[in-house]
Amino acid sequence: MRYVDEYRDADVCRRYASAITARATRAWRIMEVCGGQTHSIVRFGIDALLPPGLELLHGPGCPVCVTPLEMLDRALAIAAKPGVIFCSFGDMLRVPGTRSDLFCAKSEGADVRIVYSPLDALEIARQNPGRQVVFFGVGFETTAPANAMAVREARRRGLCNFSMLVSHVLVPPALSAILSAPDGRVDAFLAAGHVCTVMGLDEYRPIAARHHTPIVVTGFEPADLLQGIHMCVVQLEEGRAEVENQYARSARPEGNREAMHVVAEVFRVVPRKWRGIGEIPASGLGLRPEYAQHDAEALFDVGTISTEEPSVCISGRVLQGIEKPSACPAFGTRCTPETPLGATMVSSEGACAAYYRYRRAGS
Amino acid sequence: MTARDFELACPPPFRHRTVQLAHGGGGRLSRELVEQIFIPAFGGAALSARHDSAVVEVPRGRIALTTDGYVVRPLFFPGGDIGKLAVCGTINDLAMTGAAPRWLAVAFVLEEGLPMEDLHRVVASMRDAARASGMEIVTGDTKVVDRGKGDGMFITTTGVGVVPEGITIEPRAVRPGDVVFVSGDLGRHGIAVLSTREGLTITGALESDCAPLDGLVAALLSAGVVPHCLRDPTRGGLASALNEIALDAGVDIDIDERAVPVNETVAGACELFGLDPLYVACEGRLVAFVPEEHAAAAIEVMRAHPAAPEPARIGTVRDNAAPGRAGRVTLRSRLGMNRWLDIPAGEQLPRIC
Repeated sequence: MRYVDEYRDADVCRRYASAITARATRAWRIMEVCGGQTHSIVRFGIDALLPPGLELLHGPGCPVCVTPLEMLDRALAIAAKPGVIFCSFGDMLRVPGTRSDLFCAKSEGADVRIVYSPLDALEIARQNPGRQVVFFGVGFETTAPANAMAVREARRRGLCNFSMLVSHVLVPPALSAILSAPDGRVDAFLAAGHVCTVMGLDEYRPIAARHHTPIVVTGFEPADLLQGIHMCVVQLEEGRAEVENQYARSARPEGNREAMHVVAEVFRVVPRKWRGIGEIPASGLGLRPEYAQHDAEALFDVGTISTEEPSVCISGRVLQGIEKPSACPAFGTRCTPETPLGATMVSSEGACAAYYRYRRAGS
Repeated sequence: MTARDFELACPPPFRHRTVQLAHGGGGRLSRELVEQIFIPAFGGAALSARHDSAVVEVPRGRIALTTDGYVVRPLFFPGGDIGKLAVCGTINDLAMTGAAPRWLAVAFVLEEGLPMEDLHRVVASMRDAARASGMEIVTGDTKVVDRGKGDGMFITTTGVGVVPEGITIEPRAVRPGDVVFVSGDLGRHGIAVLSTREGLTITGALESDCAPLDGLVAALLSAGVVPHCLRDPTRGGLASALNEIALDAGVDIDIDERAVPVNETVAGACELFGLDPLYVACEGRLVAFVPEEHAAAAIEVMRAHPAAPEPARIGTVRDNAAPGRAGRVTLRSRLGMNRWLDIPAGEQLPRIC
């Protein structure tokens, strides 16, 4: 397949791996930010191609994983209300809240539907004027433009029965938080190529400068990742800390202005809690007050939500690159994709789920 | 008699454009459905005898028996429909034991309001699929559920086949050293159905691979190739089929990702949906575990057979590396790294990004 096979070519990958080995003179720790990158690394076995001292840390960039428990419980409470059609991307349905998940809610009678685009939910709202249609607006900067567009369209078309439960998160504040943490271990970042395709590179320059940490905007295929790692190693060895772009075939320095415009029109930056990490200031998006009539959080009173995370789970430390999934005593025993205890086991892009799927203990 | 009963009985059924509750009620409309739709399509002496059970002549030896329920949305998809799927699925389950499919029993659960035209189409494609494999539809049942209580139509089948003398094809016959083949590219059915359901138009002319495999199995057997085991990778795809065999046979299986055939359109759609083609359903492909000495003949037979469009040798069976632990499937990635090819927790879910 064009535009995929080239980036999975074994010879190209081996050449990058050799170049990395030749260039690295000491141990470096590089964090891939995005869960899609983690998935690719573990699926293709990319870390096994790297020299022994070079460690890949798996970052917080899995939107399913970091959606806070309170928000999941809120989603479950809204979905259970009579007359509500609750729409979501597929992979949110299996994520456990405190007591249940959306699949269970569906089996107990809630009208929960998997959609592929927020615009599908908008169409459902148009077809069901007597019902309240709620879309679970989750994701990083990648899904924000389409979600913003759906809300803007709802207002334009007067679809008062459409609302969005927004739990958007932003990448740059998370990188800053990880670099500022006292036990932080990251020497360089592979930033998420698709996020930068939307938002551009500018937000990352102050972070690289302030923390003297190289940031390479990187794609998701094996050759992308290895080239991105190589660019990080070269910067680290030369003592540079710049923002570089490995994913130039898609990400432009200025980003996608139209997408940024619609995001800014509909959303505003808010503090957001990240599952496993805690609240990070100015790290999320919420609806602007002028779109309040489409804000499910404001529209549906679900009472007080109190949550409880299993104490054994170390997903917060995994999300920050402090621990590897295999360091957890519950990994693969009490905690599996069927019975996840925490954030990183629930989504296929979570680091624990990727480890479980591809390399359980003893494999 | 209520006004509703009167309406249901009259006008006569051939004027009914949709299925009514009374078509499953055991009365006149039920009988008319049988007389006017099922018997003309499925014919046959056993069905025409109109008895509570079909009575058939059986040869000596062993029979294979299988049953399966079919639910698919949409009922009609590129390359097939629920009827063809039900008949081919049953034929294939029988063929995986080496059996020649012979008799089929069919139970329909119809949703009130189903267009009669749709039922006609489904029944016609069942007839065609059964006929092509020499299988006779000998008995059946129809129930009708209230509108909104079914997805148009559910079909349950029971198939009976005759196993040739001396043939035993089963998971526990798999041995270390066996060669693993697939008969064609993977994932067409799952992607064709998914993209029709979700209105994804970029998949263009992609059709389901839904097809009978009994001819291919018969060709292998008559060429003297006796596979140790056969499995059709339906729900859960190749990965689940391989894991089932590894567990049941207590062996390890090594697969080379580069050798596994996947059509470019399927691969592209999988990238888009965030799915892995190794877990996507096929309805007209088989996985064969063949002793090494029969491997060359097996690939030759498959290459010459229309039901094996892209046969490929994808891996080998080896001794369980850690005796006592469950059998395991290892995938050698394109980059030459090994990883575990696991059974999924449930259905694959399209990802957010």
